[in-house]
Amino acid sequence: MARFLIRRILQGILVMWLVTVGVYLIFYIGPGPGAVARTLAGKSATPQVVAEVSHRLLLDRPIYVQYGHFLWLLLHGDLGYSFYHQQSVNSIIGAAFPITLSLVIGSAILWIVLGVLSGVLSAVRARSILDRTFTLLALIFYSMPTFVLGLLLLLVFYYELTIHGIHAFPGSGFTSITANPWQWFRGLILPWITLALVSAATYTRLTRGSMLDVMGEDYIRTARAKGMPERRVIFRHALRAALTPVVTQYGIDVGVLLGGAIITEVVFGMPGLGFTAVQAIQQQDLPVVIGVVIVAAAAVVLANIVVDALYAVLDPRVRLH
Amino acid sequence: MALLEVNDLRVSFRTPDGIVQAVRGLSFDVDTGKTLGIVGESGSGKSVSTQTIMGLVRGARVSGTALFEGQDLLTMGSRDLQRVRGAEVGMIFQDPLSSLHPYYKVGWQIGEMIRQHDKSVSKSEARKRAVDLLRLVGIPQPDRRVDDYPHQFSGGMRQRAMIAMAMALNPKLLIADEPTTALDVTVQAQVLQVMKTLQEEFGTAIIMITHDLGVIADIADEVIVMYAGAVMERAGRRAIFYENHHPYTEGLLQSLPGYGDDRERLLPIPGSPPSLINLPSGCPFHPRCPYVMDRCKTDVPELAPVGGDVTHLSACWLPHDMDARNARRKDVIGHAEPAPAEALAGAEAAGGEA
Ligand SMILES: Nc1ncnc2c1ncn2[C@@H]1O[C@H](COP(=O)(O)OP(=O)(O)O)[C@@H](O)[C@H]1O
Ligand code: SF4
Ligand SMILES: [Mg+2]
Repeated sequence: MARFLIRRILQGILVMWLVTVGVYLIFYIGPGPGAVARTLAGKSATPQVVAEVSHRLLLDRPIYVQYGHFLWLLLHGDLGYSFYHQQSVNSIIGAAFPITLSLVIGSAILWIVLGVLSGVLSAVRARSILDRTFTLLALIFYSMPTFVLGLLLLLVFYYELTIHGIHAFPGSGFTSITANPWQWFRGLILPWITLALVSAATYTRLTRGSMLDVMGEDYIRTARAKGMPERRVIFRHALRAALTPVVTQYGIDVGVLLGGAIITEVVFGMPGLGFTAVQAIQQQDLPVVIGVVIVAAAAVVLANIVVDALYAVLDPRVRLH
Repeated sequence: MALLEVNDLRVSFRTPDGIVQAVRGLSFDVDTGKTLGIVGESGSGKSVSTQTIMGLVRGARVSGTALFEGQDLLTMGSRDLQRVRGAEVGMIFQDPLSSLHPYYKVGWQIGEMIRQHDKSVSKSEARKRAVDLLRLVGIPQPDRRVDDYPHQFSGGMRQRAMIAMAMALNPKLLIADEPTTALDVTVQAQVLQVMKTLQEEFGTAIIMITHDLGVIADIADEVIVMYAGAVMERAGRRAIFYENHHPYTEGLLQSLPGYGDDRERLLPIPGSPPSLINLPSGCPFHPRCPYVMDRCKTDVPELAPVGGDVTHLSACWLPHDMDARNARRKDVIGHAEPAPAEALAGAEAAGGEA
């Protein structure tokens, strides 16, 4: 098992290295010599400034030296410098990441509870009205674009309430939990619900299918034959086994979102990683774009390793071989 | 009063192809401390009937009664039925690997049941009892094995663990559904031995479901032979082997491998079991029966005593007088005896006492 995990970690490192090569090729080599420094320095920069930027990033040196420098800084946790913001990329991402984290953790808890519970109920009462209702809701939220749901919630719970004098939710922005926990919570409710509802649908269907498979297993019959109450058969015996594919999906989804829940962040004006990336692209702020890409890739790679480890924790047959 | 009395049990399933009549008027009793063997080819309704009795079959139409100590299991509330399951009636199944939960330790699975039925038992007590039970069924180093997962056990050990679990609360009845089918021959014999030993020690009644007459010869006191969801013949073990009446019973015996020499004599029953959606008219066995007569194709034979013996019943239009029946046997298959002698010898040898 340990060997398996070590192999997965090494694979993860390899993937991350490939990502840095890819990023470097696309953003630094692709635009051609001179273009990068000019972009970075900004439209109104004088030739001297462009030359200085070029020198600082070693763009006037051979490619392998440039890349080596880039990688060297990365390995030291240095994502570079944003000339646009006159700020290190680390500090920009450091400010954006907690926002994405708040959004993703809260909605991830919501959607796993909603998805798994509705999936279990759907499976246990397969083909009942309840099951059909959940199926329909899942289908609606699954096919509804995130921004539509987000805007709809804003329309009803922000706009309509506000014009009636009720200020229940802020329309946009983010308050840090350390500054004001209540504001933090209030500001996140609508984004959480948005992200949770569009994600929960997948989990309802996944849990339902997985539960239906497991409920037909021989060991479920054994649990009933032992005299276990139905509730225990469902949650302790069936769900325990049905959860494995769900957890796998969950780890990967959370990992992907930690790299930026772009649409939700933009709709609710939350300056998280996704929002920052979109903005950086518009501003042609290359170092920030690269920084977010690398952080997002790291989140996905890490999520995959965590999922593999979880798999082993969940399934003793994997653990012991 | 018998421990379990099943009367006119009927089970059917609605499927897209039509109504599957899996069990059609099954009646039998099981007495305390005795073993009833239920034998028949796969698909004859053995599992559906016993699992219906225990409320483990979903989506079926069920009628009839199944009185356990006088109480009807088929109409009992789910709470009461849960109390009976495990505590009063233990069950073991064909595939011990898939029947044990892959994610829980064997000892935990046994302990869970003990604690479900007796809330006063602590976790550590339950574990201790699981160790004792594993020792009782002959698992080596039970105090270490109790913390193993099912996949760490061998096939035979898994089935022993299932037996340990089924017997944990000293049930009055053990329903064993093809418990040895998935095991190899030497392990089969050991597992049956464990069951027999426990039965002697605790006076448990057993329903032994099998398609293997060798197992029947080993363990059964009474035998019912099922075909297409109904009983074809019912008799004591010896009568099934030496004085069987029904051609289906005879066919099963002839398809038994003659342990050892002369394997070519093995004669499988020609054809295959009928569709339970469109049953043949008359005797359900008639399309495959070497004795088939005109009457068999139109009239359904009822179970009736053979040779005036009320403990031996057969649902067949052949003469119920054994001499006349054996004369027909000689005409049709060339044996005056019920079945090839070597097959019987093999089965009985496996069974020990004759
Ligand atoms: N849920 C079900 N739906 C439809 N048919 C079923 C169902 N369960 C069992 N059957 C049918 O009932 C018949 C008897 O099955 P079973 O009792 O398992 O046979 P046996 O245990 O004797 O091999 C089979 O033909 C099987 O296909
Ligand atoms: S009733 Fe007829 S067809 Fe059926 S078993 Fe007897 S002889 Fe064969
Ligand atoms: Mg069966």
